[in-house]
Amino acid sequence: MTSPAGTTSRGRGAHKRRALGSRALFLGPGLFYVTAFMAIPIALIVSYAFLTRGRFGGVRLPLTLESFTRALDPVYLQVLGNSLLIATTTTVLALLIGYPVAYAIARMPSRWRTIALVLVVLPFWSNFLIRTYAWIVLLNSEGPLNKALLATGLRDEPIGLLYNRGAVIVGLLYAYLPLMILPLYASLERMDWSLLEAATNLGASRIRAFFDVTFPLSLPGAMIGAIFVFVPSLGNFIVPELLGGGKTVMVGNLIRDQFLKARDWPFGAVLALTMVTFLILLFALQAAVSRRINGPRAHA
Amino acid sequence: MRRSGVAGAIAVSAALLLAACGGSTSSDAGSAAAGSTLDPKADLTKQTLTVSNWAGYYPEDLPAKFQTAVGAPLTIANHATNEEIMGKLTAGGDSGIDVAFVSGQYAQALNDAGLLEPIDPALIPNLKNLYPEATQMPFDKGNKFSVPYTWGTTGICYRSDLVPTEPTSWNDILKPAAENKGKITMLSTERWLLLPALKSLGYSINTTNADELAAAKELTLAQKPDLLAYDDTTFYTRLVSGEATMVEAWDGWCNYGIAEDPNIKFVVPKEGSDLWSDTMVVLKSSKNKEAGMAFINYILDPANHAWVAENILYKVPNQAAMETEAVAGMSAAYPNMGMTPAELLKEEAIVDLGEQSSAYTKIATEVTSG
Amino acid sequence: MRSLGWLRLPLLLTYAFLYIPIAVVVVMSFNSSKMPFTWTGFSLRWYGTLLEDTAVRQGFLNTMVVAVGATIIATVLGTLLAIGLARYTRSAVLEAYALTPAIVPDLALAIGLLVMFSAVGMTLGLHSVLLAHVVFGLAFVAAVVTARLGQVDPSLEEASRDLGASATATFFRITVPSLAPAIIAGALLVFTLSLDEFVIAFFTDGPSTPTLPIVIYSMVRFGVTPEINALAAVLLLVSFTVVIAAQRITRLTDSV
Repeated sequence: MTSPAGTTSRGRGAHKRRALGSRALFLGPGLFYVTAFMAIPIALIVSYAFLTRGRFGGVRLPLTLESFTRALDPVYLQVLGNSLLIATTTTVLALLIGYPVAYAIARMPSRWRTIALVLVVLPFWSNFLIRTYAWIVLLNSEGPLNKALLATGLRDEPIGLLYNRGAVIVGLLYAYLPLMILPLYASLERMDWSLLEAATNLGASRIRAFFDVTFPLSLPGAMIGAIFVFVPSLGNFIVPELLGGGKTVMVGNLIRDQFLKARDWPFGAVLALTMVTFLILLFALQAAVSRRINGPRAHA
Repeated sequence: MRRSGVAGAIAVSAALLLAACGGSTSSDAGSAAAGSTLDPKADLTKQTLTVSNWAGYYPEDLPAKFQTAVGAPLTIANHATNEEIMGKLTAGGDSGIDVAFVSGQYAQALNDAGLLEPIDPALIPNLKNLYPEATQMPFDKGNKFSVPYTWGTTGICYRSDLVPTEPTSWNDILKPAAENKGKITMLSTERWLLLPALKSLGYSINTTNADELAAAKELTLAQKPDLLAYDDTTFYTRLVSGEATMVEAWDGWCNYGIAEDPNIKFVVPKEGSDLWSDTMVVLKSSKNKEAGMAFINYILDPANHAWVAENILYKVPNQAAMETEAVAGMSAAYPNMGMTPAELLKEEAIVDLGEQSSAYTKIATEVTSG
Repeated sequence: MRSLGWLRLPLLLTYAFLYIPIAVVVVMSFNSSKMPFTWTGFSLRWYGTLLEDTAVRQGFLNTMVVAVGATIIATVLGTLLAIGLARYTRSAVLEAYALTPAIVPDLALAIGLLVMFSAVGMTLGLHSVLLAHVVFGLAFVAAVVTARLGQVDPSLEEASRDLGASATATFFRITVPSLAPAIIAGALLVFTLSLDEFVIAFFTDGPSTPTLPIVIYSMVRFGVTPEINALAAVLLLVSFTVVIAAQRITRLTDSV
């Protein structure tokens, strides 16, 4: 948005040169930085995927597709499938739990809303490892939950709540639930509740009114929330390690291990690319869906 | 998709440029590494030492005492596992670490990668305190690039009051009795993950035979449903809390549990086990090599090494230290402290397997992922 | 509140889900016993242990160095970038490119940076963590400032220029003040994100200078201990105070 040239008394050429200078001054450093510290690293991952593993980490020639074929090994496909399943379950649960919460907050009197929202977000701003650690304490077979269970006399043996897939899902849900509630709330908060009243006044049942009016309008928020929960869940390696007891391996663990344990960088690069590809597909899907939702309304 | 196309084009061209730069720097590093001699008269007070050791694997006041005795300030960084420190040491560039503590087979791999400074016996006169056996460990005969800090074996650490029968065989942990199901943990560092299965099948723990490895993998995989967790770091606390009743453990670490609960016991299964050694190595990238050698020499001092053993409850391969009254008396409370070098040497020493070690890595991934 | 009806139930259950784990850890931090799960009485001894823990203290200092450094650099670069994007180009491609670091999965960025640092033979340490934190930080600042720029009237800047003020004077007297709330908000965001960032630091940090999250990670891996409970309680208190303070500040600036 350059200011219209010629409106000032200065010469056109000088103005243009200065504009170019400022343009470089403002855009240059940031774009250079993003290129150097994001684009090049990502491009390196891409190129490493085609190279051969170095004995002690790193890579060497020749170019090969071996890492790609290795990723098709059933063991790794299963890890990928598990990760997708765990991330999807987490996302669906977050939506089911987050929706009524966001809805309730949006319908609160405005003086309560801020407090209710801050209470949702507050745990999210504390250290991620500490929040995960809290579940190790809570779910431990010697921990408070099991102690309470034994005290009620319902069980006479502690039950294994920790170190299984369920614990991993609970941990991810705990970590990322606020990321579902916030965008849902944002889309519900903007809603014109008189629309809903109109629908019920016109004789629609409340459930019908919800699914015909409220839900479609909140769909963009739900999509964004789903992405916010799914993306970090899929790549997470801390929760599976700490709450899964090393027995539940997700693609994030596998990638981490290729770089820090197995020192097979090309294979790690392939796995990382696979993960990123899934996420790009997800973004594309979200863009398509939001176009479809927004499209007809724009014409109406 | 236009967006990512443009970004991709910029990125790829830049990456090629960078890869070219990268190639040249690494070859420089290789040639520079050739001849370097240590100065026995170096002023150690001018050097600062950064050592990476396992958390809790050294007396807490070691840095202070070392600086008083030798003059070089000492910082100790912690790592949780061999793999973690290996990742940092092999990532390229100067890791900032002068002396690292790693298990013998990892020291061997680091040396093969050309990352270690040869041990200079002239600067470490206390090498004479080592048991003769400890100077002839198969991963480094003659202490050319590593000096042993501790040594021991791997076995089963268990709560004698909570298991139905006391374990004597690797099969007791691989195919646990109903009472122990869900209450056992296994080490997940690749070589030790497969050790129980290899030994129970009667194979060498250094085997590279694909059929033997496949059989061991199958046995380890079959055990997975009975596990509480794979655990390299907290297994003894799980025994103390009663979360676990039986764990695969290094002897010294089992002693941590024994210290808190005398019902905890350690056994080397009848099929045999390994002889491992955790070693000290000086990195070639270090700028404080003389201080690094002085650090190793300081540890090998009989009084100091005995003080280490008392603190960390691991056997040290230092004859003079083990024969001090304090350490010799420890075997009453911690029976495995009394194992002699001859007893240890009956077990099979772990060595690095070079290119073949990736087979273990792959199996470990497959077992934990399966 | 009455109008919420049955919706109060999921709301209350969710708050219970969010706060019970934290509450348990805080309560256990006052346990005098060394055994993590057996309550033997009230004590502050673990807070004393925490104060004497040099690894925690050093980790905290390392984290502050990174967070302060990354915040300053990211705020400058991100603000310039946002202004550049809004005033000197209309390219949606460039804008998307500049904001990508905020949404790239942290693990992908982390291994990419590790690979690059290692390819150029760079020594890893706090400086490499700082370089890494700036890249996502500047994207967040740019996003926040861009949003604000949409609300600022560019004619003010034009008026200033037409009245003969130099470009530099216009920038510092008109542009920056009108963006101040967004710049502050962006800086706070980067600072908090950097304080807690683990994954990228885990890959790009050197072994001898762990940041606090890395220290916490190695502590957590060694199991449940009363000292971690105490550390958790302290960190929760700090982050809750910061969030509530930030909430107040933004409300104040919004109302101006």
